[in-house]
Amino acid sequence: MGGPNTHGHGHDEHESHGSLKSYVIGFVLSIVLTILPLVVVLNDMMDRTPTLIFIMIMAILQFLVQLFFFMHLREEKKPRFNVMALIFGVVILITIIAGSIWIMTYNSVG
Amino acid sequence: MLKEFWDFLMNDFFITGDPLILGAQVSIGLSMVAIVIALSYFKKWRWLWTEWLTTVDHKKIGIMYVIAALLMLFRGGVDALLIRTQLAMPQLEFLHAGHYNAIFTTHGVIMILFMAMPLMFGLFNIVVPLQIGARDVAFPYLNSLSFWLFFFGAMLFNVSFVIGGSPDAGWLAYPPLSELSGSPGLGQDFYIWGIQISGIGSLASGINFVVTILKMRAPGMKLMQMPMFTWSVLSSSITIMFAFPILTVTLFLLFIDRYLGAHFFTLDGGGNPMMYINLIWMWGHPEVYIVILPAFGVFSDVVSAFSKKKLFGYKSMVFALMSISFFSFFTWLHHFFTMGSGADVNAFFAVTTMLIAIPTGVKVFNWLFTMFRGRITFSQPMLWTIAFIPCFVVGGMTGVMLSVAPADFQFHNSYFLIAHFHQVLIGGVVFGYFAGLYYWWPKMFGFKLHDGLGKWAFWLWNIGFYVCFMPQYALGLMGMTRRFNEYNFDLGWQPLNIVSTVGAFIMGLAFIFQVWQIAHSIKFLKKEKSGDAWGDGRTLEWSIPSPAPMYNFARLPEVSSSDEWWEEKQRRANGIKPKPLAPLEPIHMPKNSGIPFIMSVFFFIAGFGFVWHWTWMLVPGLIGVAVCMFARSFDYDTDYYIPVDEIERTEAALKGGH
Ligand code: HEM
Ligand SMILES: [Cu+2]
Repeated sequence: MGGPNTHGHGHDEHESHGSLKSYVIGFVLSIVLTILPLVVVLNDMMDRTPTLIFIMIMAILQFLVQLFFFMHLREEKKPRFNVMALIFGVVILITIIAGSIWIMTYNSVG
Repeated sequence: MLKEFWDFLMNDFFITGDPLILGAQVSIGLSMVAIVIALSYFKKWRWLWTEWLTTVDHKKIGIMYVIAALLMLFRGGVDALLIRTQLAMPQLEFLHAGHYNAIFTTHGVIMILFMAMPLMFGLFNIVVPLQIGARDVAFPYLNSLSFWLFFFGAMLFNVSFVIGGSPDAGWLAYPPLSELSGSPGLGQDFYIWGIQISGIGSLASGINFVVTILKMRAPGMKLMQMPMFTWSVLSSSITIMFAFPILTVTLFLLFIDRYLGAHFFTLDGGGNPMMYINLIWMWGHPEVYIVILPAFGVFSDVVSAFSKKKLFGYKSMVFALMSISFFSFFTWLHHFFTMGSGADVNAFFAVTTMLIAIPTGVKVFNWLFTMFRGRITFSQPMLWTIAFIPCFVVGGMTGVMLSVAPADFQFHNSYFLIAHFHQVLIGGVVFGYFAGLYYWWPKMFGFKLHDGLGKWAFWLWNIGFYVCFMPQYALGLMGMTRRFNEYNFDLGWQPLNIVSTVGAFIMGLAFIFQVWQIAHSIKFLKKEKSGDAWGDGRTLEWSIPSPAPMYNFARLPEVSSSDEWWEEKQRRANGIKPKPLAPLEPIHMPKNSGIPFIMSVFFFIAGFGFVWHWTWMLVPGLIGVAVCMFARSFDYDTDYYIPVDEIERTEAALKGGH
C-alpha cells in the first residue's frame, strides 16, 4: 500500500525496499544453497556426520541470506523492531532445539 | 457408473446410519436453502458481496469474527452438552465410544481454535485501531485474508461432521493414535487441513496487529501511553508470531507422515511419537496465554472505566503482560511431566511454571487496588470482571498444584485437570471476552444490550459454572480420568457427575438468555445518542461517534496521556477550551477487494482435495491460490482518497443524529 502522498494513513516513513539487483542475487543464492545439500545427499558424496554438518551450514547461510536480502536488516532505521524480533526469534529457536534435545535424551534411554 | 457414484456418496462421502447426524445433515441442508432463498428474495446478494465479503474495514471484519465465533460457541456448546449427558448416565450408551471420542475432540478444537481465537481477533479488530487513533490496521487487505482463511479453515473442519467423518484423536491429536495406523479415516486429515488453513490466518493477524500497534498510533501516543487493552493485544500478538509457526510445522510433519508415509512420529521406522507431544505443547502452552492475555486487557480497561480511576500500577501491568508472553515459551513440559524425561527436566519446568504464576498474581492485585476506593458502577462488563477475579484465582491456584511435578502424576489427565483448565478458560477467557463484548457492543452497533436479560445470563453462567466444575475437582481426586465414555456404577462417581451435568445445562440456558438478550435489544432498539455510551469512557474509542464512521477519525487525535479522552473531558469540564480544529484533509483509505475471499475458497478446495487424496481437486485449488496471489501482486489500484466534502457531509450527519 501507499502512494507518494501518504498523509493521514500513517505510512509516513517509507523504508527502502531493496533493488531488483539485490533481490535477484538473494534469489539465486537461496536456490544454490538449497540445491547443494540435495546434490550431496542424493549422490552419497559424504559420510553421515560430514553430511549433517554440511546441511547445517547451508541452513545457517540460507537464514542469513533471507535476513539480509529479503528482510533488509541492514537498512532499518531507529527503533530496530526487526532486530528485536530477530533476537527473540533466535532465543525461541535455541529453546526449541536445545529444549527438545534435553527432553528427548532421557526419553530415548527409558 | 451412476450407481457406483451413488454408493460412494452414501457409503464414504456422507456419514450415514446415525439419527443424530442425519438430523444435523437435514437441518444444515434446510438452513442453507433458507439462507439462499432469503438473500435472493430480499435481493441482498450484492449487498452481501460489497458490504461484507469484500470489505477491508476492520470494524466489519471484527463483527464477522464475532458472529462466526458465537456460532462456533453454539456448536462447541452442543458438543459439551452431549458429552455431559453421556457421563450423567454412562450405562445407557447415549453415545457409543467412537462417537464420544469424536465429540470431545471436536469440542476441544472448536472451543479453542474456532471460538476463542476468532472472538479474540474480533475484539482486536473492533477495538485496537479505535483505541490508538488509527484509521485501520496496518495491512487491511491481509486482515480480510486472515478472516476468510480462518472462516474457510473452520468450515473445512466442521464439515467433517457430516462428510467423511469427524476426527477423534483428541484436540491435540497425539500420535500414534493420529497416525494412519491409529486413525485410518479422513477425520484426522480434516483436522490437519482445517487447522493449517486457519492457522495461516492467525499468524497473519498476529503480525498485522504487532505492526499496527508499533507503527500506526496517533501522533503523540508513546508506547507507555497506550490503553492497557492495546498492550495486551501487543503481547498476545507477539506470542502468536512466535508460537503459531511451531504448530504449522508440527502438523505439517504429521501430514507428511500420513500422506507420504514418512516416519517422524510413527512407532516404527525410527520415528518417535513423543517428539510430537514435545513440539505441539511448545505451541500449546503459549496458545493458552495467547487467549488469556487479551482478557486481562479487557478487565484492565473495564475496571478503570467503571471505578472512575486510573489503572493502578500501569507500569507493573505492562511488565506483567510482556513477561508472561516471554515466559510462556519456557513452561511447555508441564503438560507431560509423566512422559518420564527425568527429574532434572521435570524440576526445571515445574519451577518455570510456578514463576509464571507471579506476574499473573500481580495483575489481580492491580485490579483490586484500582477498585479500592473507586466509585464503582455495576454495569454488565463490570459484573463479568468481578466474577472473573475469584474464579481465576482458584483456577490459577489449581494450576500451581498441577505444576508440582510429583503431584501431577496423580492429577494428570484426571478430572482435576479438566476442572483446572475449564476454570481458567471459562472463568478467564470466556468471561473476559464477554466483558469485552458487552463493553464495546455500543461502540460496534450504536446500542447497548438489555440489562435485565444480561443479568439473568450473568447469574446463570456463574451458577452453572460452579455447579458444573467444582464436582469435577472431587471426581478427579476420586480417580475419574478424562476421555472415557463409561464407568461402572460401583465406583461411586455417578452422583457428582449428575450434578456436573446439571451445571452444564444451566450454562446452556444462560447462552439462550444471551441470544434472547441480543434479539430483544435489536427489536426494542434504543439508539445511543453519544459516542461515550457508558459516560465513563477513558480512551480514544469513546471520543468518536458510535458506530464509528468508516474512516474512524475525521482528524487524527493528538495524544498526551494514557487516558486521553478522560483528560479531555476533565479539561472541558474545567472550562479549558479545546484546541481549534485543524482543517479537514482528504483521507487515504484502502479499497475493498474480493481476492481474500476467492483465495480462501481455493484454499478450501485444495484442503478438501488433500483430505480425500483427490489430485484433480487439490491441484486446481493450489493453482487458484497462486493465481490470486499474482493478481494481487500486479494490482496497483488498491487505495483511494475520501474527499473533504464527503467527510464534511458524514460528520454533519453524525452530529445531526445527536
Ligand atoms: C497460574 C497459571 C497456570 C498454571 C500454573 C497452570 C498449570 C497447568 C499445568 C501444570 C497443566 C498440566 C496438567 C496436566 O496435564 O496434568 C495445565 C493444563 C492446562 N492448562 Fe493451565 N495453568 C495456568 C493457567 C492456565 C491458563 C490461564 C489457561 C488458559 C487460559 C490454562 C489452560 C490449560 C489447559 C487447556 C490445560 C490442559 C490441556 C490438555 O491437557 O488438554 N492454564 N495447566
Ligand atoms: Cu500449560
